[in-house]
Amino acid sequence: MSTIEASPEVGHDEHGHDHDHPPFLAHHFDTPEQQFDSGKLGIWLFLVTEVLFFSGMFCAYAIFRALRPEVFEGCSQFLNTKLGAINTGVLLFSSLTMAWAVRCSQLEQHKGLVGTLAATLSCAMIFLGVKAIEYSHKFGMGLLPAGLFFYDPSNPHPTEHPPYLAYICAPFAVALVGVLCWLVFSAVAGKKFQFAVAKPLSVVCLCFFVGVGLGMVLESGEESADHVDTHADPNGLATAPVMLEVEKAAAAEAAPAIAASGAQVSVDEGVLEILATDPTNVGVKSGLNALEQQTAAAGTSTVTGDGEILGAITTTEVDVMTPTTAGVFFSIYYCMTGIHAIHILAGIGVLVWLLVRAVRQDFNRQYFGPVDYVGLYWHLVDLIWIYLFPLLYLIR
Amino acid sequence: MSAGSLPSGSQVKDPGYPTPSENYLTNSKGVLSWIFTLDHKRIGVMYLIGVTAAFAIAGLLALLIRLHLFQPDGMIFQGEEANNYYNQVFTLHGAIMVFLFIIPSVPAALGNFLVPVMLGAKDVAFPRLNLCSFYLWVFGALFFVSALCASGLDTGWTFYTPYSTTTDSSVILATSGAFILGFSSIFTGLNFIVTINTMRPPGMTWFRMPLFLWATYATSIIQVLATPVLGITLLLLIAERTMHIGIFDPEYNGDPVTFQHFFWFYSHPAVYIMILPAFGVISDLISVHSHKRIFGYRFIAYSSIAIALLGFLVWGHHMFTAGMSSLTTIIFSALTFTVSVPSAIKVFNWLATMYKGSISLTTPMCYALSFIFLFTIGGLTGLHLGTLATDMHLHDTYFVVAHFHYVMVGGTLVAFLGGVFHWWPKMFGKMYSEAGGRLSALLVFAGFNLTFLPQFILGSRGMPRRYATYDPEFAALHQMSTWGSMLLGFGLLVALIVLLRSLKSGKRAPANPWGGATLEWECTSPPPFYNFERAPAVGDPYDFSDLEWEADNERYVKVEPAREIVPETQPEKEPAHAEDSK
Ligand code: HEM
Ligand SMILES: [Cu+2]
Repeated sequence: MSTIEASPEVGHDEHGHDHDHPPFLAHHFDTPEQQFDSGKLGIWLFLVTEVLFFSGMFCAYAIFRALRPEVFEGCSQFLNTKLGAINTGVLLFSSLTMAWAVRCSQLEQHKGLVGTLAATLSCAMIFLGVKAIEYSHKFGMGLLPAGLFFYDPSNPHPTEHPPYLAYICAPFAVALVGVLCWLVFSAVAGKKFQFAVAKPLSVVCLCFFVGVGLGMVLESGEESADHVDTHADPNGLATAPVMLEVEKAAAAEAAPAIAASGAQVSVDEGVLEILATDPTNVGVKSGLNALEQQTAAAGTSTVTGDGEILGAITTTEVDVMTPTTAGVFFSIYYCMTGIHAIHILAGIGVLVWLLVRAVRQDFNRQYFGPVDYVGLYWHLVDLIWIYLFPLLYLIR
Repeated sequence: MSAGSLPSGSQVKDPGYPTPSENYLTNSKGVLSWIFTLDHKRIGVMYLIGVTAAFAIAGLLALLIRLHLFQPDGMIFQGEEANNYYNQVFTLHGAIMVFLFIIPSVPAALGNFLVPVMLGAKDVAFPRLNLCSFYLWVFGALFFVSALCASGLDTGWTFYTPYSTTTDSSVILATSGAFILGFSSIFTGLNFIVTINTMRPPGMTWFRMPLFLWATYATSIIQVLATPVLGITLLLLIAERTMHIGIFDPEYNGDPVTFQHFFWFYSHPAVYIMILPAFGVISDLISVHSHKRIFGYRFIAYSSIAIALLGFLVWGHHMFTAGMSSLTTIIFSALTFTVSVPSAIKVFNWLATMYKGSISLTTPMCYALSFIFLFTIGGLTGLHLGTLATDMHLHDTYFVVAHFHYVMVGGTLVAFLGGVFHWWPKMFGKMYSEAGGRLSALLVFAGFNLTFLPQFILGSRGMPRRYATYDPEFAALHQMSTWGSMLLGFGLLVALIVLLRSLKSGKRAPANPWGGATLEWECTSPPPFYNFERAPAVGDPYDFSDLEWEADNERYVKVEPAREIVPETQPEKEPAHAEDSK
């Protein structure tokens, strides 16, 4: 019997790699292809989790839209379609530059890579600038999540409110000043590499204020056109004339159905009313109240006169602008766009990291994984906006 | 398996022992070399310590609950605030056990150590992300501790609205903690999926992977697909508390049942995050300690994936009494039954594996046997709960408590202990006292049953869960349960002492103490920091035919028949057929 004790060899500093190991290849991978494939699978899985993360909010959106379509119709008018459209365009363009950046990194066009990355970053900043205008405008009007909502139709633009826009802009202003100082310093000190990084970054930071300016111009144009007729309405109803046309047709169709179900309601009402007398049964009570309101509304609209229908519809419109209805719409609006904006900020973070590496010329035709992965992430963030825009701004 | 002598004339292969400069535990020294380590084995060990600490804290809280319930009027918490204290203690017990212990126990602690070694790889695909997961776990744990120190938490581990939006205990701290822990879990899962997909060595096809890897893979799929939904749910809950966004809070026109749907959409799959890796551990343990090829390899592998996917369709069974339509409840009930099929497939396959095997009743095997027994009870009582008519009666009673403790403690915890005892020699290079280990398995088994069997009876007689006091008629059963919990606690303490003592005075472990055929037994115990010098030759993970017990060194070794040069005579200078062609 012979024994081979596979003797433990000493000194494994090179981890037993006998083949050549390029500097960008991590020690636990065998080949650049394996490393690239791992990263690619990893980023795709990460994107799946991102989609699922947002899917929770899309579900919340779907549920509340189904439950209270009228709230969504009434409230989406407060969202400025022009600003949303501009932002959509900006993000689409940034996707183009991002895809281009991936191409540049594969072709080892280092200058092009820096340029396209900077362009992508600038678009991201413009997007945030426009968003800052949208948010601060709504904060000022009190169009806030349910718990904080204080919009008052008779006084839609309270003059006394904190300078929200300044608050939002402050960190970006600090960043801009910082980068500009850095630019000057590196130019004076003759630090080539730092200068090469600071130059595109200062353009990027400036772009935030370009976005703010763009938003201001568009927002003020909107002000005169849209808000005049909305607020001229003596009751302060949020009803644009165009929309009512559509409503009218829909209501005329729905009216008989509502009336029919009204009859059904009255049958159960006896039992429900008894249940509702129990003080612990808050749900039944409020449900019953809602039913009463509904039948009342439907009752008036069964009369086939246009004026009657209008009347019924406007009563529901009045209820729309309360914290518990419009507030929920704005909750969903802020949750979705806010978390999207956080993703944009995260994207800006990784893009800056890429920019620095691009200036350092880290990427080559064998190693462009990080640019590719960030590109995929950026396209996803973009894609989510492509869904948010019609769902929140356009569908009425 | 012949016991004793090796066949004569054969060659024996064994990696021997690592030198201190190779041993992953000693190759670099100092606290910093651990804090910043990227070595998956060290991260696994840090997780092991972390989850054990979390388990100890939550376990002490559990003992407190059981002591309180020793008397119908409550023994520990007295006075005005008694109910409040009770609520806080059971909430923290549940939340810590679920989020800090059970979910990371097998996948993060054992999985981190084993996945790359079983694959013959040098590390997981993303070592930095792996370390980041660990620190996220630590952060999440800190948040939980701060919730405990602030104003406690009294919502139950499920955070149901509207109570969680109105209570003044620290819901935000705790949910932020759970949110962060969720990311830790996602990153671990993502890492394992990528590692298993891209880093298998040449020759290891999907169906040559150890079943532990299949189970880990299935678990990782759930972690990646379910946990983000928990993340957004908790985020919305935090927003609900701070800004009243009106999605879950009925006061602002929200719908609390929506929260339950969101929550269970994660948390039912999460129970499979807890149990699937345990299935993987048991598959390997049963096969190795029966010294027999696993029965129905493909069925076990596929059933893991089936459970992972079906698990996403049954969340509604937690809400049968929450006012869903009767059609919905019937559909969820039917789907719930389908999930138990793949679980049953596994149990039958394990039994068939043991049949006619040569079973060594080692400590890991004792735990594995008790797992099969306890998990079967837990799973079968799940069917009682999945049946609509009985669930109306049993929902929110001690029956549910007993059910999930049978699957989570009797299942996951016991499998985790079995796994730790099985891989302990590999992790730390020390053998523990077999007698002590078996004693602990026996104590845990007895204590566990004494604790939770009475709870099935309590529940079916109508004792509701989450109450600090109860009718005197339930006293005898509650007292049995309390005695049992102390026995269980004692058993766990014995297990801990046995393991810790081995570190000091245990015998040096050979590379393959049990006779396992998976790759981790082919490197030294403990493994060198680089695992394998080059990708090892991959064989069948459940083929034990070439492993022999070498009594002299108390180890299993790989035996190869003696090689000879055939034919022994020298060939002629001129080949025979050359003659013919002339
Ligand atoms: C094998 C098939 C299983 C079935 C059919 C099943 C069925 C059920 C049902 C119907 C309930 C709801 C009872 C109620 O609240 O009225 C339930 C609760 C529970 N199950 Fe299972 N279960 C199974 C396996 C598992 C596993 C493997 C685990 C964990 C490892 C688990 C953990 C839990 C937990 C934690 C609860 C209670 C959650 C709570 O309300 O706090 N179950 N199970
Ligand atoms: Cu469940």
